[in-house]
Amino acid sequence: MNLRSSVDIITEWDIVAARQLGRNEAKEVGFGTVDQARITTAISELARNIYLYAGKGKIEIRQITDGNLRGLLVIASDKGPGIVDVRKVMEDGYTTSGGLGAGLPGVRRLMDDFKIETVLGEGTTISASKLLR
Amino acid sequence: MITRIPILKLRDCLIVSIQWELDDQTALSFQEDLLEKLHTTSARGVVLDLTPIDFIDSFIAKVLGDVINMSGLMGAKVVITGIQPAVAITLIELGIRLENVVTALDLENGLEKLERELED
Repeated sequence: MNLRSSVDIITEWDIVAARQLGRNEAKEVGFGTVDQARITTAISELARNIYLYAGKGKIEIRQITDGNLRGLLVIASDKGPGIVDVRKVMEDGYTTSGGLGAGLPGVRRLMDDFKIETVLGEGTTISASKLLR
Repeated sequence: MITRIPILKLRDCLIVSIQWELDDQTALSFQEDLLEKLHTTSARGVVLDLTPIDFIDSFIAKVLGDVINMSGLMGAKVVITGIQPAVAITLIELGIRLENVVTALDLENGLEKLERELED
């Protein structure tokens, strides 16, 4: 069983590929339809952020276990410009691209755990996970 | 590789059923196609059925919200139908409120609602 899989985000089509991979993995772990939609949506937001702000990067999806619980960990990484003001990007409605500004704060609400590591000029890694309850 | 979404005309309404996952380009070309079709047919209303759609992210939500406002500018009313429970839950958790959007449970209710709105 492949417990780790990833999609390189280079074009818009890779956003579709990443969320399809995410949905399949979520199904395989046994998530219900609502959690599948949450995970798929979160991956779509993270992949689009890479495409819009960093140009290219990677979405990695890992099946994880925490005690008796199974789950999924999504890692979105890029070597883009980094995020200048992390607090600002976590505010609802903040956008620099004309979008809805729902992306990152939305992902945090959709998933159980959410972490951003960002270094200006070096890139950003966002990890978000969800456990099957 | 853009797939075009079929737009059907029934009396003075347009009916659109989105049958598969929307990618960005398909969503954007649908936006243009729908407005063009409104223009050429002089339809006064649109029912947009999303029954098979199992997730909507913020980009697709923005495109849908925009096309509803654009149709409004052209004098047409849009009713969205068939939003699945999982889609409703994730949209709200994502923080997206499609305000002032008329919705109905299914296509049949949507058409009835649209016909009533158009009578007013």
